[in-house]
Amino acid sequence: MAEAIYWPTVFFWLFAVIACAFAVAVVLCANIVRMAFYLVLSLAATAALFFLAGADFVGAMQLLIYVGGTLVLLIFGVMLTSQDRFVSMKTSREEMSIAILVGACLLAVLVWAAVSVPDWNGLGRAAAEALPLEPTAAPIGMGLLGARVDAPDRSGYLLIFEIISVHLLVVLLGAAYLARAQQKRSSAVG
Amino acid sequence: MAEFLTQYIPAWLAYSAAALVHIVLLINLIAVGALFFIWLERKVAGRIQDRLGPTRVGGKFGWLQTLADGLKLITKEDLMPEGADEFLFKIAPYVSFCASFAALMALPFSDSDMPFVAQHLNVGVFFIIAVLGLEVFGVILAGYSSASKWSLFGAMREAAQVVSYEVPLGMCAVVPVLIAGSMDLVYIGDCQAGPVWNWFIFHDPFTFLVFWVYFTCATASVNRAPFDLAEAESELVAGFHTEYSGLRWSFFFMAEYGSMLAVSLLASILFLGGWHGPIPVANWLGLTFDNRPLLGYLGNVLGCVNILAKGVIGVTVMMWVRWTLPRLRIDQVITTCLKYCVPIAAVCFLGATWWQFMWPNGLLLETPVAVYELRENWPEAPAANPPATVAANLQRGAI
Repeated sequence: MAEAIYWPTVFFWLFAVIACAFAVAVVLCANIVRMAFYLVLSLAATAALFFLAGADFVGAMQLLIYVGGTLVLLIFGVMLTSQDRFVSMKTSREEMSIAILVGACLLAVLVWAAVSVPDWNGLGRAAAEALPLEPTAAPIGMGLLGARVDAPDRSGYLLIFEIISVHLLVVLLGAAYLARAQQKRSSAVG
Repeated sequence: MAEFLTQYIPAWLAYSAAALVHIVLLINLIAVGALFFIWLERKVAGRIQDRLGPTRVGGKFGWLQTLADGLKLITKEDLMPEGADEFLFKIAPYVSFCASFAALMALPFSDSDMPFVAQHLNVGVFFIIAVLGLEVFGVILAGYSSASKWSLFGAMREAAQVVSYEVPLGMCAVVPVLIAGSMDLVYIGDCQAGPVWNWFIFHDPFTFLVFWVYFTCATASVNRAPFDLAEAESELVAGFHTEYSGLRWSFFFMAEYGSMLAVSLLASILFLGGWHGPIPVANWLGLTFDNRPLLGYLGNVLGCVNILAKGVIGVTVMMWVRWTLPRLRIDQVITTCLKYCVPIAAVCFLGATWWQFMWPNGLLLETPVAVYELRENWPEAPAANPPATVAANLQRGAI
């Protein structure tokens, strides 16, 4: 298996470049639907990075939530803004400069954080090749049920999981309630 | 397969060759499947409407009809409406097709010793449902970029429909996952080994009910009649593909037939025993890897035939439904989803949980205790988890 080219790295760079290139395309594009399309490609490349890292569950989650969520975003974008046939958005120079400043600051902080954590520096090729393949879905599930497989005391995230679940349920019910109330009022007026 | 090839040729060549074989097989499954299903659709429609369907092209039964259709489509002019968004208009059919193809990538076609699967994921169910939901993206792009109000209406309807039907579809797919205790499709299929009463559809009354809900939602999510509002010709000319012609148009249809086959195959793995036939013939004949690799391989081929037969039967039922039931209105479609499918699926999910809790081994099924086995295999209280890097995980076999 000793080869000159380390293919995982090649694929990592391939998907990373795709993700970044389409992220830049989102910023530079003026048409809202094309933007959404580029955003989907960028997020899908991120999902590919997760699959590359062996995190099947997170990758599928990325596809379902982010890429699927962009779909809904796109629909709202079209429905709420389509006064003309093709909507284009123009950004003023001041907005652009502020956005570049904020974006650059965030990028700097993230890069600094990523480099400064010693655990994130990677293993090196020999150590990486020695790691065994483990399933990810079952440990995640066990962790959410309160029995982490990698923790010494088998602690877990049961309470947090329950709080988030109930919170999401409340949000869902609230959304349904709001949509319903609006419908009643409009029918009463009309 | 790639591991096998690396013994003889360099690794990069082996992986490329293995990937190429998988891709060619799956694309052929979609393309040849579409050829066959379009012919079948005409025949089924004909028989249901008391006529013969195609009879002339290619001799008996008109079995070359689709090829003639294909030739016609290739020779058609590739039109694009004035004022359309060129880039999105051109790319939309491929987006649909890619989603439908990617779903088949994680779908196993036979047994667990050496499964016929392009990419064995341990979250297969989840991946397939996530990817199938993306097919609608191509439809929305097509509808929007066509610069036609019919297309846009069709796309919006499709979007509303698919987004709402994903909820009950996911709830239904969770039930077999719950019974098997795994999201790995190969494992779920192998839980149902043995005779017909081991299939999850006969596991308990709730799974029997939930199968029909799944089938309804699957029909809706692949946009087939009676849920084909996105292309309702009586109101919307042809819906989202009004402006498409020729080969681009046919890509939408290949995608549609591909995802019909994908949801049918998924249904057969989740509920109908997957690659296990109604009678365990393969075991009686000794077609397992324990005996000889060649016999095991034959058993796998038999399993592949089994699951494809189940998939084709599923698609045929969808056609039967299409030519029998009238098209629903959009409010009826959403009502069916939110007022019937979601509550039934939720109750069945709770019921199946309760059943599993009361009779963990089922009444007839011998459920393996995979979760507990997994638990014992985990390292006992490690000091710290080794930090995983992308490269490390990748080397461990993510590609």
